[in-house]
Amino acid sequence: MTMTTTPATTRHSVVELTQVSRWYGNVVAVNDVTMTIGPGVTGLLGPNGAGKSTLLHMMAGFLAPSGGTATLNGQRIWRNHEIYRLVGLVPEKEGVYGFLTGWQFVLSAARLHGLPSPADAAARALDLVEMAGPKDRRIETYSKGMRQRVKVAAALVHDPQVLLLDEPFNGMDPRQRLHLMDLVRQLGEQGRTILFSSHILEEVERVAQQIEVLVAGRHAASGDYREIRRRMTDRPHRFRVRSSDDRRLAAALIADPSSSAVSLTDQGIEVQAVDFPRFTSLLPKLARDLDVHLWQVSPTDEDLESVFSYLISRSSV
Amino acid sequence: MNAVVADITYRAMLGRKRIWLLALLPAALIGMAALLRLIGGPDEHTAVILMEKFSIGTMLPLLGLIAGTGVIAPEIEDGTIIHLLAKPISRPVIALTKFVVAASLVAVFGALSTFIAAFLLIRDESGVAYGFALGALLGGVAYAAVFMLVGVITRHAVTVGVIYALVWEGLVGGYVPGARTFSIQQWATSIADRISSSPFLTSDVSLGFAVSAVVVVTVGSLVWAGQRLRSLSLTGDE
Repeated sequence: MTMTTTPATTRHSVVELTQVSRWYGNVVAVNDVTMTIGPGVTGLLGPNGAGKSTLLHMMAGFLAPSGGTATLNGQRIWRNHEIYRLVGLVPEKEGVYGFLTGWQFVLSAARLHGLPSPADAAARALDLVEMAGPKDRRIETYSKGMRQRVKVAAALVHDPQVLLLDEPFNGMDPRQRLHLMDLVRQLGEQGRTILFSSHILEEVERVAQQIEVLVAGRHAASGDYREIRRRMTDRPHRFRVRSSDDRRLAAALIADPSSSAVSLTDQGIEVQAVDFPRFTSLLPKLARDLDVHLWQVSPTDEDLESVFSYLISRSSV
Repeated sequence: MNAVVADITYRAMLGRKRIWLLALLPAALIGMAALLRLIGGPDEHTAVILMEKFSIGTMLPLLGLIAGTGVIAPEIEDGTIIHLLAKPISRPVIALTKFVVAASLVAVFGALSTFIAAFLLIRDESGVAYGFALGALLGGVAYAAVFMLVGVITRHAVTVGVIYALVWEGLVGGYVPGARTFSIQQWATSIADRISSSPFLTSDVSLGFAVSAVVVVTVGSLVWAGQRLRSLSLTGDE
């Protein structure tokens, strides 16, 4: 079951998945996903192995759904090369010819699209990603971030209505990352339909208005990121605490309503905090008052996997 | 045909170390012919054996394998093929273009070197040079198409190709008479046999069958490769 928040504005449907599943043998990679990706920037968020790339490949026409349908403006995507007039694709895999220069690579994309002025289009696209300077160097001499940017330039060369990016910020340095984030945001504001996948929540927050969350092949959440973020912060936080006197500290913690469960283990105290701010201010005070030394305070469920699992459990309540 | 696809494919095939793979065997063939010529009057029998065993029997299938798989298999393996496929170009056109590049390379490195070597040895005696050049050309075209198809349908294209060339053509085709009918090597030899008047060259397959088989296998492989390319899937790392 999917947890959905209503988008602030009415959107036109562009890429549409209806009850899409994909399995490899007995392994289900994507399970009964229905989603509509319209104008603006949408982030496809999920932990590694959640099925993001599989879903993106089905939207890009590089994977047939095992069940359900994937369409672009009502047209079937699979085995339909005409969709690429509207779609720009930035795959996660390297996917660049190292022996070509950046210029030759982007120009070849423009010529493959049959554009009337391929050289002008290539120059414009390279400018957009700030790669005009090193354009005459062979791609094999580029850093990973530079390769990523020429891939984006090649995907943008025909000014596509739909842009699909698979983990586009991987390998970029912070400055390049911010630049590409700005570019993606601007393109979204111009009315293009942009979907990018990421396993990093902060990347998605910065760029996307709309988030689709995928966990273990299931569509776990959909909607405005603030709403999803709020739900994420509603969940109890689990901590492991090691101290000079675990027993005394545990007794004091359980007496306070900020913790709903406290247990003593071989590795220290496991605490489930329901009031995060109160717990974090209480713990050092208690330690000081009880004269207990704190050796370790670490969250045990801060990884995205557990955040997403929480979303799944919330959505199925 | 798509000029951009052809341009990128030629650059990939000729601009790197692979050109040495393509040039090595033809250079060895011409070198051997030149050496035989230098050390004393090569006869027609020697020329026919060299052409049959080395040129058609060894060099041609290997060149077909290098060119046929080389035009597409590495791109599928490393994902660069997406640059070509994510464009509004029909996939069969991409397959046809890749095939034309492979076939042209086999023609230049295979058929032309065969002609030069045979001509070096015995000039135009009994039409041996012309016969083997044409046989190598048509056989090479069929090899290029078949191995390109293998490159599209399996990630183990080179292994499959080597097994085909060594086991089927080298062993079964060489010693089992019925299997020769279905051997590209035999079709190439039969074309050379029919064009040349050399008494040292014999073949089991008729010219009509050999030419028809080359056409059917080439066109069939191309159509199949085009269709497979339409359904090419990316599985991702997940």
